[in-house]
Amino acid sequence: MYEELLKNTALADERFVVMTAENRALVKNLPAVLGKRFIDTGITEQTMIGAAAGLALRGRIPVVHALSAFLSMRAFEFIRTDAGIANLPVKLSSFIPGFLSDGNGPTHQAIEDISIMRGIPNMQVFAPADESDLVTMLPKIWNTPNPAYVRICTRPAKYQHDTNFEIGKAEIISEGTDITILVYGFMFEQALITAEILREQGKSVGLINMRSLKPVDEKAIIKAAQQSELIVTIEDHFLTGGLYSIVAETLLKNRMTADVLPIALNEKWFKPARLNEVLEYEGFTGKQMAEKILEVAVSYEL
Amino acid sequence: MTEEKLENLTSIALRVREHIIGMSTDGGCFVGASLSATDLMVYLYNDFLNISKENLKDPNRDYLFLSKGHDVPALYGTLVEMGILEAERLQNHLSANDNIYWHPNTKIPGIEFHSGSLGHLPAVSLGVALDCKIRGTENRIVCILGDGELNEGSCWEAVLVANAYKLDNLVFVIDRNHFQANVATEDLIPLEPLADKFKAFGADVVRIDGHNFLDLEEAFTSLDERKGKLHVVIADTVRGKGLPSIEARADRWFCNFSENEVSQLMEELHGFHSANIESEVLVVR
Repeated sequence: MYEELLKNTALADERFVVMTAENRALVKNLPAVLGKRFIDTGITEQTMIGAAAGLALRGRIPVVHALSAFLSMRAFEFIRTDAGIANLPVKLSSFIPGFLSDGNGPTHQAIEDISIMRGIPNMQVFAPADESDLVTMLPKIWNTPNPAYVRICTRPAKYQHDTNFEIGKAEIISEGTDITILVYGFMFEQALITAEILREQGKSVGLINMRSLKPVDEKAIIKAAQQSELIVTIEDHFLTGGLYSIVAETLLKNRMTADVLPIALNEKWFKPARLNEVLEYEGFTGKQMAEKILEVAVSYEL
Repeated sequence: MTEEKLENLTSIALRVREHIIGMSTDGGCFVGASLSATDLMVYLYNDFLNISKENLKDPNRDYLFLSKGHDVPALYGTLVEMGILEAERLQNHLSANDNIYWHPNTKIPGIEFHSGSLGHLPAVSLGVALDCKIRGTENRIVCILGDGELNEGSCWEAVLVANAYKLDNLVFVIDRNHFQANVATEDLIPLEPLADKFKAFGADVVRIDGHNFLDLEEAFTSLDERKGKLHVVIADTVRGKGLPSIEARADRWFCNFSENEVSQLMEELHGFHSANIESEVLVVR
């Protein structure tokens, strides 16, 4: 679906060029279709980003592919300085983020990417829940005049998403008075399970897909904090600078307080293993997270 | 090159050097690096590149990217002499009311991209050159790099990639003034044999005297004779060129002269009295 969307977009609009730092998994059929508008710079993340900025200066919209860890960190200063300062529409397709790097080990774990990307002025940051959410969101993301970081997730959807995506808007899956779970990206599918278990335990549970992290849907966060006793943030990201931080910033800015339980990676890289084993080991399965939340819920007499 | 053209370029270069010296006080600027790149820029804008006040937005114009960045006083001066930048604005150097500061920015007409972080514009200029190749347009893209800048690995990445895409519309000009910030390049991270390095990376390389307009003309007008490769022009230059009292000195890169010293340097530039510089030597990075 991703590759099909990108192909059709590029074929319909000459401004699009597809770039990669020799990471072709998402775009393997595009060289034949796009010809010179498919540019593989080899394993040179920083040069690819600088070149993307140069192409954007000439009116192109480069959609750039690389592994999340190397795109967000190896090329960080080029993203910030060349795409960010100039506010050029360089569109970053960051793939294998968070837990999705499963057995690779800490070198490949992008679990600070949201934090560092949202710190760049002009940069927009998105984290689709799955492939269906991804292809719903991309046409609008690719059409803003700004640089954008997309934490790619191409897992098959376990939920029928709202296809009316707007930049800066969260997807409200459900509302609840006891607990509201805020989640983004790959962890959405586990959060669905968590919410279901909590409901079986008689809780009134809200679930929000925070698909647009910058700009963020402040209203959705505020409303959740007002109507629920407990907010839970779930992310396959360091505790620092991700969704938990975004919620904290939003509440403080609006002179609000709330009880928030963060489920994130606190000052540690995760255990490299098969994806299901990573989740189990780190306590991020839907069931384990539900248990964690229920433990905390007791103290709120929920 | 006609005698008349040579005289014209020489007198423009003299005026650009006056502009640079004028900016070297009340906060100062990177005088040494600017003076070494002056003749390069004067030649490129006046005699080689299709860039003028009238075509700054034209997609068919040529492009000049200044990657070393801190030599921007030479570019400000050159843009003034091209009639692209208003001369009065140079009086605003380092004023918060304008955007004339130590590194290039796109609020200045004629400046294509910001720089200052070294090793970026080889990649950015490569992207522009790629687009021109994809579209089949005839633009020439020139990127000026410092020799110290070549310490940055991204410069060499860009050479590899430019060569892979046979970007013969792209020219990397190395301002080989033999110094990086505070020391001679060969005393820190030796670059020689520099031409061989670029050749080994697949580039077409010529090495010239970067203060000799005849050499510059020869190097640039013959580029099309060598197709299919990234062009590299290594221009041997002298840090502080034109001011013998600070020429080729490691400690005269960034200078903040007194008004009196500026007057003396203006005289020295015109070949009258040599200057007596007592300003503190500045190590700014």
